Amino acid sequence: MAEAGAALHLRSYFQIAWLWIRAAWQYPTSFVLLALGNGLITGLDFVGLWIMFAHLDDLKGFTLHEVALLYGSASLALAVADTAIGSVERIGTYIRTGRLDQMLTKPVPLLVQVCADQFTLRRLGRLTQAAVVFGWACTYVDWTPLRVLVAVSMLLSGGLVFFGLFVGFSCVQFWTTDATEFANAFTYGGATVTQYPLNIFPREVLVGLTFVIPVAFVNWYPCLYLLGRSDPAGMPEAFQFASPLAGVLTMAAALLVWRSGVRHYTSTGS
Amino acid sequence: MSVTGSVRSAQAPLIDVRDLERTFDVRRRVDGGRRRVRDSVLAVHDLTFSVQAGEMVGYIGPNGAGKSTTIKMLTGILVPTGGHVSVAGLDPSRDRVELARRIGVVFGQRSTLWWDLPLRDSFDLLQKMYRISPARYRDNLGRFVELLDLGDQLDTPVRQLSLGQRMRGDITAALLHDPEVLYLDEPTIGLDVVSKGRLREFLRALNDERGTTLLLTTHDLQDIEALCDRVIVIDHGTSVYDGPLAGLHVEGGSSRTLVVDLVDEAPPVEVPGATVRRVEGPRQWLSFPADASAAPIVAAVAASYDVADLSIQEPDIEDVIRELYSRGAPEPLG
Amino acid sequence: MVHVAVATRAFRRYSTYRAATLAGIFTNSVFGVIYSFAYLALWSANPTAGGYDAQDAVTYVWLGQALLMTIALWGGGATDDLAERIRTGDVAIDLYRPVGIVGWYLASDLGRAAYHLLTRGVGPTLIGFLVFHISLPSSPLTALAFAVSLVLAVVVSFAIRFLVASSAFWLLDQSGVKVMSGAFAIFFSGMMLPLVLFPGWLGTLARALPWASYVQVPADVWLGKHTGVDLLAALGFQVLWAVVLLVACQGVLRLATRKVVVQGG
Repeated sequence: MAEAGAALHLRSYFQIAWLWIRAAWQYPTSFVLLALGNGLITGLDFVGLWIMFAHLDDLKGFTLHEVALLYGSASLALAVADTAIGSVERIGTYIRTGRLDQMLTKPVPLLVQVCADQFTLRRLGRLTQAAVVFGWACTYVDWTPLRVLVAVSMLLSGGLVFFGLFVGFSCVQFWTTDATEFANAFTYGGATVTQYPLNIFPREVLVGLTFVIPVAFVNWYPCLYLLGRSDPAGMPEAFQFASPLAGVLTMAAALLVWRSGVRHYTSTGS
Repeated sequence: MSVTGSVRSAQAPLIDVRDLERTFDVRRRVDGGRRRVRDSVLAVHDLTFSVQAGEMVGYIGPNGAGKSTTIKMLTGILVPTGGHVSVAGLDPSRDRVELARRIGVVFGQRSTLWWDLPLRDSFDLLQKMYRISPARYRDNLGRFVELLDLGDQLDTPVRQLSLGQRMRGDITAALLHDPEVLYLDEPTIGLDVVSKGRLREFLRALNDERGTTLLLTTHDLQDIEALCDRVIVIDHGTSVYDGPLAGLHVEGGSSRTLVVDLVDEAPPVEVPGATVRRVEGPRQWLSFPADASAAPIVAAVAASYDVADLSIQEPDIEDVIRELYSRGAPEPLG
Repeated sequence: MVHVAVATRAFRRYSTYRAATLAGIFTNSVFGVIYSFAYLALWSANPTAGGYDAQDAVTYVWLGQALLMTIALWGGGATDDLAERIRTGDVAIDLYRPVGIVGWYLASDLGRAAYHLLTRGVGPTLIGFLVFHISLPSSPLTALAFAVSLVLAVVVSFAIRFLVASSAFWLLDQSGVKVMSGAFAIFFSGMMLPLVLFPGWLGTLARALPWASYVQVPADVWLGKHTGVDLLAALGFQVLWAVVLLVACQGVLRLATRKVVVQGG
């Protein structure tokens, strides 16, 4: 029953998203420029990392290929989440303009509508760039069947973690509608922090990124396994396989926050 | 109870509102902005009314009177802080998604249509969202498009439609799933006279053909006069009048006007039961209570003065409502 | 005097969004912390990279976060109003006002920048000072030079954003151009990585482009990397780009006016 419901919601999501894609195509020049521009931003981002390595042999023991693996996987997970549900960042605007009220009178779950609203493929730029970097870095990995499995589960779980961060922290806007930027600290901030080997940070930061904002599971722990490296911080080896758990937990927490956000909205009307 | 209401009183009402209350917490600055205090404001209180299936009800009141707060509670967007509300047997805020299938909502100035795409695409998506069967969808779309004269616009991007066409598109969008109730918020705002007339005709036909219940908030009293047998006037969060449109005149203490054209200019006419409001040359305006008979006044005037012509003006409903509002007790805040 | 009023109004307008400001300072600070640790790792491996020491590098990070909104690196600010007025056609009214358009929007953008400097500039700088002990200008003269450099940075950034917004005269929609321009600004301003680290010809190119005025030049002035004639040359570089770009704005506006007149808006 619940599964049938989920499939139905997913279908609604794609139906709404499809209409937005078609709407965006009405302005092909802007569409192409936006996709190129977004690709350029992330592309130059990686050039920056590459320039750093012109001054270094390794970053706290990690070579350019290894950092590229971290960068590519984090960027890919973020891009998937951002493309799929990035619109959730706009809740505050939807509240102010009354659009949220309109959505509340439709028979499709609010979260589905909010995430699909103004769906845009322009983030394809980031997705492509991340995939290229990740693909390149992958050629330096000694693949085993288990590593393939860990890599696939890493990307899926990473996507889930960022899903959760996008939804959870955007919910702040149910309480203060103009605090849009707050969520960026955790979503884009999370993606930026995981571009680097986490051993460049003090141990307290790593603990925070493991147990509080669990972005360390997006790439750091599973990549250690892919690269066959021991954990420089001496965290339990089991963490390298725990990404799916972190993804599910983050998502569940985010859905709880979402529900209380919607309840707050319908019980205060603002 | 309205006229239609009493006829159908055997059924349970479609919309049932009892002692509905909604307070809002607001933070206010006092002492020139130094201190912030929490206040509780009563947006809606002691609101009781019911609407039977098939009624067309005008829900009117000044800005900030609590109209949209009520509509939000009826649609489940807002949870009441007290009292009871049910629509089609459902608790709106608890069964919001289920209720959504059975109601239609049109917010006057906010379109739900896809700006850059042809009208048809928005309708097709709604068919999927509401899971309307293809046969019913085809029938409904055909019927509404015909009644609303939208046939040529179906394949036009919404951004190229006129305001009136867009509003008709929005109304069609709200009706494709055969809702039992249609909430309309200022549906004729900004439309030209022809468009307004056509829209009203359509809403009447919709009510005749399908028995769709209509709850209409509007500032345009002609909408009410053309469509609603019954009006509910809300002011300061509570209903100050509920009944037939005609009765509003009595309740509002409205008056009719006798316009007298005398043969010669004269000082203000003095007759029992009427007072002179205005004098302009030989023409004088006398007002008398709307529920009083004009005959004795006309007779008294004719007996004492040389009258060239007489005419009677019916009360202006806007004045009546203004009068009702001004009598509403001012809300004690805080 | 009109311009002062315009600037004041812009300042007030932005100051109404308090929650947004706090959220922004928080986010800038989070990124400041992340980049600080990244740079500390880089400079611990190569203590003289780009002629900076570790403290210079961390100071640079926090100055970048402080300048991000002040110079409107991503675009936006007063020029977004212009783009919107072009899209709706209201710009036709502006074109016939006795006050020049460029001056009008520049005043408005300076008002905005002043607000962002006092909130989103000072906020991260304080946090950087408290948490990472960033260095402060070594003399009053350096502080003064930084202030001048900062104003010039806003003017150069404004002129580029004005040109981007003007693209709407021809494209109707500035969003595509704005994103492209933002991408270049992030990279070539030194926001992503100090330009002093850029190798060979890429470094030479980056330090000659107008975007260098955004972050690299003001930061180097703050860090005391320019003294004497060198300092004048650095400020002169910003002045040169400001003048060239403002002249370009006027030229584009003249072309646009002709277009608006011909097409009737």
